[in-house]
Amino acid sequence: MSHPNVLLQPLSELETLDFGGFAQRLEDHFARGQRLLSLFGSPSADPADSTPELHAVFVDREQGLIHFRGRRQGTQHYLSLTSEFPSLHCFEREIHEQYGLAMPGHPWLKPIRFEGTNLKRMNDYPFYKLKGKEVHEVGVGPIHAGVIEPGHFRFMCYGETVHHLEIHLGYQHRGAEALLRQASPRKIPPLIESIAGDTAVGYTLGFCRAWEALCGLTVRLEVEAIRSLGLELERVAMHLVGLSGLATDVAFLPGSSTYGRLRTSVINLSMRLCGSRFGRSWFRPGELRFPFNQSHKDDVRKTVQQVQTDIAIINNLFQKSKTVQHRLCTTGTVPTPLAQEIGLVGMAGRASGLSCDLRNELRGGAYAQHPIPLVVESTGDCWARGLIRIHEIDTSLNWIMQLLDTLPEVEAEPPPKAEPRPNCIVVSCEEGWRGEVMHCIQTDADGKVAHYKVQDPSLRNWFGLAQAVKNNAIYDFPICNKSFDLSYCGNDL
Amino acid sequence: MSNFLLVFHLAIVFVAPIFVIGIVNRVKSLWAGRRGPRLYQTWFDLVRLLRKTPVYSQVTSWIFPIAPLVILATTITASLLGPIVPGYAPLGFAGDFVAFAYLLGLGKIFLMLSALDTGSAFEGMGASREATYSALAEPVFLLGLGTLAWAGGAHSFQDLVIPNGSWAIDAVLRVTFAGAMFVVLLIEAARVPADDPTTHLELTMVHEVMILDHSGPELAIVQYASAMKMTMLSGIIAAVLNPFSETSYPILAVLFSGAFIVLVAVCVGLIESLIARLRFRALPLFTFAAFLAVLTSLVLVTANQGEFH
Repeated sequence: MSHPNVLLQPLSELETLDFGGFAQRLEDHFARGQRLLSLFGSPSADPADSTPELHAVFVDREQGLIHFRGRRQGTQHYLSLTSEFPSLHCFEREIHEQYGLAMPGHPWLKPIRFEGTNLKRMNDYPFYKLKGKEVHEVGVGPIHAGVIEPGHFRFMCYGETVHHLEIHLGYQHRGAEALLRQASPRKIPPLIESIAGDTAVGYTLGFCRAWEALCGLTVRLEVEAIRSLGLELERVAMHLVGLSGLATDVAFLPGSSTYGRLRTSVINLSMRLCGSRFGRSWFRPGELRFPFNQSHKDDVRKTVQQVQTDIAIINNLFQKSKTVQHRLCTTGTVPTPLAQEIGLVGMAGRASGLSCDLRNELRGGAYAQHPIPLVVESTGDCWARGLIRIHEIDTSLNWIMQLLDTLPEVEAEPPPKAEPRPNCIVVSCEEGWRGEVMHCIQTDADGKVAHYKVQDPSLRNWFGLAQAVKNNAIYDFPICNKSFDLSYCGNDL
Repeated sequence: MSNFLLVFHLAIVFVAPIFVIGIVNRVKSLWAGRRGPRLYQTWFDLVRLLRKTPVYSQVTSWIFPIAPLVILATTITASLLGPIVPGYAPLGFAGDFVAFAYLLGLGKIFLMLSALDTGSAFEGMGASREATYSALAEPVFLLGLGTLAWAGGAHSFQDLVIPNGSWAIDAVLRVTFAGAMFVVLLIEAARVPADDPTTHLELTMVHEVMILDHSGPELAIVQYASAMKMTMLSGIIAAVLNPFSETSYPILAVLFSGAFIVLVAVCVGLIESLIARLRFRALPLFTFAAFLAVLTSLVLVTANQGEFH
């Protein structure tokens, strides 16, 4: 049985349209209410042609993943669809930046991460300006006072009120996609794990499934269960970090210290299971590197129960604190229609009332056997993004306990010997703690990686942060930022 | 006896700030389930900073390096005017409580100027917020002291805080003033819920952001002065609630005030442990409550004029 989070197709069978037909298909899928997972480019098969092929991936609850591509016919132009579907803005900007494809009609054609030759333009980012005697401009970063990643935030303020925020990223660009393309298969997983180190498991699982599909490997259902266990532990740990950070930023000491302490017990559990607190090297394609026996099972059960007991107390304190509510409620609101329009995904999307959760939409692997309830909040403010974390932690911990009830002891699985199939394209996606992580691998005639595309949920959500801050006070920005908790390196690749 | 009180006063002004900060931090640590630093850790922090060479931004002018000295000088002078036990302060003259308020104000102006001097957007925002905070705290402070002066007919700070008049009204007056002063202290000493002394977020800071560019001995001076200011404000609260007169029970008066300063520090620590910081825009409401309280006590005094003098 193939995994619903993966879609493998020989290149020859991939549905190919011209640019006009491609745009039409995109509109059709949007009209049917299907959700766009990604729109990206890949180099044309003809080396003389600099126009990229465009790929679109949609998610549908019944049909699963839908993947088709667009190719230029003759002198055809691609006309930007962003004005019609604003959620496409970042994808079209990325394609424009990576391949130089003209995007006539794009209203906000700004650099995403200054790749390749654009690096030289890093210092003249075209900031949007407000003019006026009393308008003031505040620039933050790329070097910050705390230990956070580099990014530049430019605020246009009137008094304490932010009227426009522009986020200028790219400082973490490492050329990840090029590295993945050139790396030997053994070296790909460590690279994958360091694209966004806080989602190491989320990224690796997506890669494993894609690679397994390419190599024609299948893994046992128990192995899938252990993988999902790792993914949920990562989600719980990162949500705890987020809550601790949120509490720190509003100076709520009990939350700040207790959530932080609980996070340590969760990542230490990961360490006991796989030797890495961040789940690095835990999973590899077709393989289970660490067995899961009765003592591991007891350990997981004991730790999860302990966390469940303690978190209930602190959740109660956090949710009932009037001052915490005062700071978080109605701060940094992204209402549902706006979230829908700009295409928020993952946790931030669910906090704004969107039901985007691949675990729920596709129900792959262990989630087929043990469905995980969808957690949605409607208000879209910082409070909602806090509550989403609280509820998702509870849901994930309960889910883990449920999984353990039916999970037998699992033996380690030795690494398989298999080669990827030539001339294929595979798309895979996984709901990491922050949102959906997508991988797309294309192989050439020799079965080597010809193109590797990877997408972090942060690419789409950074714009959501900029929208959330609008008309809020500038001193509330750090709370908004923490509530989204987006990845800089995941965006910059 | 006045030598004894002088030694006590100077000890509170110069030594206690180290411990006041230590107590606040210890309470927070215990509440968070940690052991916390030594009570006199601030002393080591200050010594460490004093050993460092300061770094100056190229855009700063002469205001920047002298500001810490002005802040320290004004804070020390003000601390000599303010009473810690009722009826005693090393310095005193008619109307000295106004001098007290504006000496601290002068220090603050220099702090704001030195922040603006760096040309940083953050520090400019911090200075603007600090000015707003001062504008909110000043009326509470002066109206409170004015009410005490009006009630007691005293003209100098040390005599203002001596109990007189009817027992009940006097008690109400003093407790109200102490409560309002505690609000002023939280704002002036940049503590939660007005400010967050431990935050690393430049955009939300008030006091901390203004001293971001200060380093080495100058940073030590500013931090020491701000701890001194907090101690002095707790001392005033202690003095106003102190039931022992410095002439009849000097030892008890001193012990009460010393213990009360510790209590205030514990309360600050508890507040920081238990509640989150307020929104900047909600602060006027917070200070307005204090203002209303002192205004009520003024009405009470006016209505019962006969009871006093």
